[in-house]
Amino acid sequence: MSCEVKNKSLHGYLDGELDVVRAAEFEQHLETCPECLAELESQESLRASLQQAQLRQKAPAALRKRVLHKLPKSPGTSQFAAPPPWLAIAAALLLMVAAAGWRVLTIRSGATAQAGLSAEIIDAHVRSLQPGHLVDVLSTDQHTVKPWFNGKMDFAVPVHDFSDEGFPLQGGRLDVIQGRTVAALIYGRRKHEVNLFIWPENRSGDENARSSSSRGYQWISWRKGGMEYWLVSDLGLPDLEILQRLVAQ
Amino acid sequence: MDPDERARFEQVVLPHLDGAFNLARWLLRNRGDAEDVAQEALLRAYRFFGGYHGGDARAWLLQIVRNTCHTFLEKNRPAELMTEFDETHYPQTGGSPEAQAIAGDDRERLSRALEELPPRFREVLVLRELEGCSYKEIAAITAVPIGTVMSALSRARKQLQLALVASQGKEVAS
Repeated sequence: MSCEVKNKSLHGYLDGELDVVRAAEFEQHLETCPECLAELESQESLRASLQQAQLRQKAPAALRKRVLHKLPKSPGTSQFAAPPPWLAIAAALLLMVAAAGWRVLTIRSGATAQAGLSAEIIDAHVRSLQPGHLVDVLSTDQHTVKPWFNGKMDFAVPVHDFSDEGFPLQGGRLDVIQGRTVAALIYGRRKHEVNLFIWPENRSGDENARSSSSRGYQWISWRKGGMEYWLVSDLGLPDLEILQRLVAQ
Repeated sequence: MDPDERARFEQVVLPHLDGAFNLARWLLRNRGDAEDVAQEALLRAYRFFGGYHGGDARAWLLQIVRNTCHTFLEKNRPAELMTEFDETHYPQTGGSPEAQAIAGDDRERLSRALEELPPRFREVLVLRELEGCSYKEIAAITAVPIGTVMSALSRARKQLQLALVASQGKEVAS
C-alpha cells in the first residue's frame, strides 16, 4: 500500500527541501504513481486549509512593551550563561580549562583602551572575510607560510599547523592594527575561519588569556615571550579556547 | 560587554517576538501561559546573548522558547509531555476522502485538531506551517537530526488529517 518513493520524498518535495535532481525524479515518478499523486494533493489541500485558517498568533502589544521594559541595560557578561546544550559542553570545557590551571578573565567595560583594540581586531577579522581578503599566502604548509613572512616582518612569526587537532592552517596575511603591521594566520574550524593576529609587544611580562565577545564575534588575547596574540572568530568560546591552548603551548 | 549589545538585541532578536509567542501559544495551548513563557524566554535569550555568534537569530531564539516551554510543561503539566497519539482512536481511511473532509474545515476545527496532537508533532507542524521554518531550522530548534525532520512532519500531518476526519465524523453524528 505504501509507495517507497512516497515515504522517502513526498514531504520533502511538498516542503521544497529536495535538491533539483531529486525533485525532478519525484515529478517524473508522479506521472506513473496515482498513489503519490493522490497523497500529494491531499497534503496540498491540508496545507491550504492551514494557511487559510491563519492560525499564527501574533504577540500582544502589551507583551512587547513588558519585555522591553524588563530587559536590563546590558546582557550579563558571564560566559557560563550559555543555553543548553552548549551549556554542558561549555561547562565541561571550562572544567578542563580550570584543571589546566588556566584562567579566562572577562574584560569589563572599564578597560576602554582594550575595548578599542578589540573593536579594531574584530573589524580586521570581518574585513578579512570579504572575498579575496583572507590570505596573501595560501598554503596549509607551515614551512611555506613561515618563510613568506621573512623580510615582511621584523620578527619571526611562529607558524604551526594544527590540522591533527581540527584547526587546519589555511594561510597567512599582513594586516594593520593600530597603525602597525601585524602578522595574521588563518585557521579553519569546520566552516568557520579564525584569525590569529601576532605582533611584538614592548611592554614586558606575560599576560594570561582574556576573552570576551562583541558583535557576535569571540576573541581571546594573551601576551607571551614579548609577543601579543589575538584570536578572533565567530566560533564559540570553547572551540577558540582549544586553539588558544594549542598556540600558547 | 559592549553597551550597544542591547540595541543589537532589539534589532536582531526582538523582531522574532511574534514567532516566539506563537510557538509558546501552540505548545502551551493557553495565551496567558504563552505570554509568561515567551517573556521569560526573551529575558533568557538576552542573558545568553553573548553566546549568540551570528547566524539564524530566529532559530536561535525559538530554540530557547521551545526549551523554556518544555521546562514549563515538565514542572506544571508533566502528563502532557507523555501524550502519545493513539491511532486506534481514529478511523483509518483511504487517500481521497481525507482531502474532501479537510476542504470543508473551519478554523475552529483545525485549531482544535492541532492542539490535540502530541507536543512533538504539534511543534514540527507549527514551525513548518505557521512559522515557515526550513528542515535545518526545525532540526536545530527541536534538537533532532535533520534526517528525522521529514519523517516527523510526515507522521504529524497524517495524524492531523486523521484527527480532522474524526472530528468531522463527530460533527455529522451530533
